Amino acid sequence: MNNMKYRAIVIGTSAGGIEASVHILWKLPVTFALPIILVQHLHKDQDVVALVQLYNDRIPVQVEEAEEKEQIQPGHIYLAPPDYHLLIERDETFSLSVDEKVNYSRPSIDVLFESAADVYGPSLIGVLMTGANHDGALGLQRIKQYGGMTLVEDPATAKFPEMPKSALACTEVDYVLSLDALEKVLFTLAADCSNG
Amino acid sequence: MQEQEIEEIERTLLLEAIFLRYGYDFRNYSQATIKRRIRQFVAKNDFETVGDLLPRVIRDPSFFQSLFFDFSVTVTEMFRDPSFYRALREEVIPLLRTYPFIKIWLAGCATGEEAYSTAILLQEEGMLEKATIFATDINDDSLLRGQKGIYPLKLVREYTENYQNTGSVCSFSQYYYADQKHIIMDRTLKNKITFAHHNLVSDQVFGEMHLIFCRNVMIYFDNTLQDRVFKLFDQSLIRGGFLCLGNRESLRSFSLSNKYERLDTKNRIYRKHVTHLHKSNLPIIHSLPSHE
Repeated sequence: MNNMKYRAIVIGTSAGGIEASVHILWKLPVTFALPIILVQHLHKDQDVVALVQLYNDRIPVQVEEAEEKEQIQPGHIYLAPPDYHLLIERDETFSLSVDEKVNYSRPSIDVLFESAADVYGPSLIGVLMTGANHDGALGLQRIKQYGGMTLVEDPATAKFPEMPKSALACTEVDYVLSLDALEKVLFTLAADCSNG
Repeated sequence: MQEQEIEEIERTLLLEAIFLRYGYDFRNYSQATIKRRIRQFVAKNDFETVGDLLPRVIRDPSFFQSLFFDFSVTVTEMFRDPSFYRALREEVIPLLRTYPFIKIWLAGCATGEEAYSTAILLQEEGMLEKATIFATDINDDSLLRGQKGIYPLKLVREYTENYQNTGSVCSFSQYYYADQKHIIMDRTLKNKITFAHHNLVSDQVFGEMHLIFCRNVMIYFDNTLQDRVFKLFDQSLIRGGFLCLGNRESLRSFSLSNKYERLDTKNRIYRKHVTHLHKSNLPIIHSLPSHE
């Protein structure tokens, strides 16, 4: 067990996000002791098995698709399935829904972030990166409102700046960082909190 | 006490009040989604808190109706997940051919798109004549829309694309008439579908079925409620009958899952064993294929 303040990380990203996620996660040690829950906007017909494989080939921590009712485990990276919203229940299990798209997206980053903020409150870290829409802005606002830490990719260096920009427009976030800096933050967190 | 915790108390009271007053039981629904839907309703109707809904819900049935419609509505589309319909055509239909008649139950049919999709598939396989399709839901507004069989024209492109991806050689346009804004489903299809009110949480079996669809409904239920609904389906299905779930659903939470075999893992099609005696009592493994 660790005595860290944080208990989970949620990451939201859209266009350009697969590369960005790999960029910030590829150095994480296998002993990393927080769960990471990732919404990557995808086409609904995306071959998710292939995408999970791609992540696993590049990221040392186990990446898997989140399944409904699954207990969230530290040291796993969970990917939201295409065409479903991913939510977190109070008992730290996953729920899925096919409710209407939010910000033209399913899975929606807002939906994940808001439900994660409800469950983890100040023990949550929210990361929003590259994307060409506005999803995630309200979710990140909720994380901040409930005392969590908020990190946004610097729009100046993001491949698609619109999503980070819209988050910055509505929330006083904690840090605006390049991908390299985000990678370092996660790495530092990893040193503070690992199973090893 | 934090805001989230106070809101949880309010939500618990609201769901309890709805159950006591109107008999609809949402207490065993997955709470994260219910929470979201209630919050949306609160925002849309200019209330401050979830607690503010309570007196109105208890005293004003028409207010309750609007809340109920909002948070029991589900979204679907024609031929959602084309590969599922392809599997239905290739793997299930051939096994159903031998029956003199077939009864199909679409549980949680929402606005009926899946019922029409199924009817079209049966028509093309020459099985519609001997089929009866029951499409049930708790939302009467959705049922009415299904009964009318009128859908927005702007969705036709998506529906047609889905339809073509099911492996059909016909044309989707032969199944509807279009006006400037809508498509109206063909009467032959409509006549074969019976839309009816049925609540999976509290209602009982209403007939023996050869095929049950319950796609993307179970994800809204907790384990206890899932088990109840699976038992209901089990009582309804004939031996050798088929149960079709959503792409991310499984029989994992079902205490009697060993009575079923997986006919198609990817498309979540299960078949009830033909005989009482099965080779093995081991539970079915439900994990997704090859994550590693």
